[in-house]
Amino acid sequence: MVRPRDAADVATALGAMGARGAIARGLGRSYGDVAQNGGGLVLDMTAQRGIERFDEDEGILAALAGTSIDDILRAIVPRGWFLPVTPGTRFVTLGGAIANDVHGKNHHGDGSLGDHLVGFELLLPDGQVRQVALASDPETYEATLGGLGLTGIIVRATVRLLPIGTSWTRVDTERAVDLEDLMGRMASDDHRYRYSVAWVDCLARGRSLGRGVLTRGDHATREELPSALARDPLVYSPRMLASVPPGVPNVVTRAAARSFNEVWFRKAPREERGRITSLTSFFYPLDAIADWNRLYGRRGFVQHQFVVPFGQERVVETAVELLSSGGSASFLAVLKRFGPGRGMLSFPAPGWTLALDLPAGQPGLAQLLDRIDRLVAEAGGRVYLAKDARLNPALLPDMYPDLDRWMDARERLDPGHAWRSDLERRLGLGARQRKDALT
Amino acid sequence: MKDGLGRYGTALFLGGGSDIGLATARALVARGTQKVVLAARSPDELALQVEELRARGAAEVEVVPFDALATASHEAFVDEMFERFGDVDLVVLAFGVLGDQHAMEKDTAAALEVARTNYVGAVSVLLPVARKLREQGHGAIAVLSSVAGERGRRSNFVYGSSKAGLDVFCQGLGDLLAGEGVQLLVVRPGFVRSKMTAHLDPVPFSTTPGAVARAILVGLERKADVVWVPSKLRWVMSGLRHLPRTVFRRLEI
Repeated sequence: MVRPRDAADVATALGAMGARGAIARGLGRSYGDVAQNGGGLVLDMTAQRGIERFDEDEGILAALAGTSIDDILRAIVPRGWFLPVTPGTRFVTLGGAIANDVHGKNHHGDGSLGDHLVGFELLLPDGQVRQVALASDPETYEATLGGLGLTGIIVRATVRLLPIGTSWTRVDTERAVDLEDLMGRMASDDHRYRYSVAWVDCLARGRSLGRGVLTRGDHATREELPSALARDPLVYSPRMLASVPPGVPNVVTRAAARSFNEVWFRKAPREERGRITSLTSFFYPLDAIADWNRLYGRRGFVQHQFVVPFGQERVVETAVELLSSGGSASFLAVLKRFGPGRGMLSFPAPGWTLALDLPAGQPGLAQLLDRIDRLVAEAGGRVYLAKDARLNPALLPDMYPDLDRWMDARERLDPGHAWRSDLERRLGLGARQRKDALT
Repeated sequence: MKDGLGRYGTALFLGGGSDIGLATARALVARGTQKVVLAARSPDELALQVEELRARGAAEVEVVPFDALATASHEAFVDEMFERFGDVDLVVLAFGVLGDQHAMEKDTAAALEVARTNYVGAVSVLLPVARKLREQGHGAIAVLSSVAGERGRRSNFVYGSSKAGLDVFCQGLGDLLAGEGVQLLVVRPGFVRSKMTAHLDPVPFSTTPGAVARAILVGLERKADVVWVPSKLRWVMSGLRHLPRTVFRRLEI
């Protein structure tokens, strides 16, 4: 792994690249192997950070791709702007956010990050830098958005920001007694909220199967703030609460997850309207605990997130049923509704998405997830490749119908396959080229 | 690529026709390995085994000819395997011959064939395999050594010494690979009831190919350097290694 400071460093590193290619890496928050490249070159892009232009009047921001969302928020929130889309952690880079076409709690109404870009610059293997905007070069744009870093290195990007009146959110919380109740509430009035997300208790069984807590809200206006907060409505000072030291054993056992889930459910108000909550605790609850992933011990955990089209609610139900009876301790299961997607390999598509954290050491987990994957593929759904570490490659063409188009675009942008990753090899994303070469 | 749940995508078996090699292949396929390559001296005899691996869920099973004694061909053989099958995530070295100790004391040529197969053949194929795994930056090797290599015994010292040489070779190679993302697991079974030992009377602590296969999987998962099968042999052999020579010589083993 090298950490180039500038474009010249990148060129030097690529000049020495071997047959196993190169991949750009950001802050390493992808759960799977999308930004790893065994035996090859990994370009840590985090040294190339910095906001190059911030138009406070129009809400336009241009930054180097290694800039983190945390850096951006610290600069823009106090000036009354927010990112139009943000994932569940601030510790991702702008480049990584585009390459994985990240979504947030507002996907049902606002789409993914790719719906809010003016454009970006893409470094091609021959050293050329291409300016890419949706209108002028839709193929490159849609291949790169969610393109897993395999179409080129994103060098810088320009984003259209969202105006906010305060650095607070106004949140409604409600408890749903089972999955049907939960999905019913989301389907009927998600459209009234900018942000919506539900936590699902995957360990509750029987009549409580799929019970959950729904939190929905929007940015608070100045008028909605209590007077103590209204004096400094755009204050923004995220803090770390705690950190987990290395060497902690896996504490996420089934019993621990069950009691955590019970407390979480009981603690949530049955119904609460208009609670004023800070941006960081609404959007980034886990960011307050540094290295929280260590709680899963040495073997770690896998993330699994899928989406199935509206009308296929049955698959979500079956997945929750399988998990609750299969003995898997899911600490965190998150349900939300997606709107339309954009990139060829972008994960979001209209429907229901369920995201799970699962300790990796559990017996039978591999078979359970394989089974869920097959159901998802049959329902016309897909799994999130940015989080994947174990998908059966045979399901990929069903899950991503634009895969062929993406492969064509990749051949055009990178005919020599200079951009490679462990995920690319594991899922055979370059396999077609090998097949062509044999025939 | 080994995936997030520790499943190996592609596994290559050198000595793929051996009972331990096949048992390990079956155990891996049951755990989700998709592609299995059996490199064997007599590929034609493996048709049924291939069918069984497919029936158990392997997406692709290939049999390729491989002769441990044909050392001149090993380099090209390894190149071809990685060219044909892409990244190899696990290589299991399971070939080996026992030889007839009594006969070999009179028949030097037979003793040399054991030494050439078990030691020279293994060195010859492991070096290019290790180079390939270093290049790809990930992967694991499991090598079938034997407790027979831990201390020379008059009842099997030709076989034992060939495994001792292999074992020491692998200890050093494992340390060389440790910083490169490549794991090398040395497997030291006791007496394994298999076709290699079918003509012999079983001894205490004897085990089965299936038990060896399970121990290999556990050792790989724990990132171990050495496993004994059964595991208590570790302490038995440790005791035997420290016996004075005059006492050891009198033991009927």
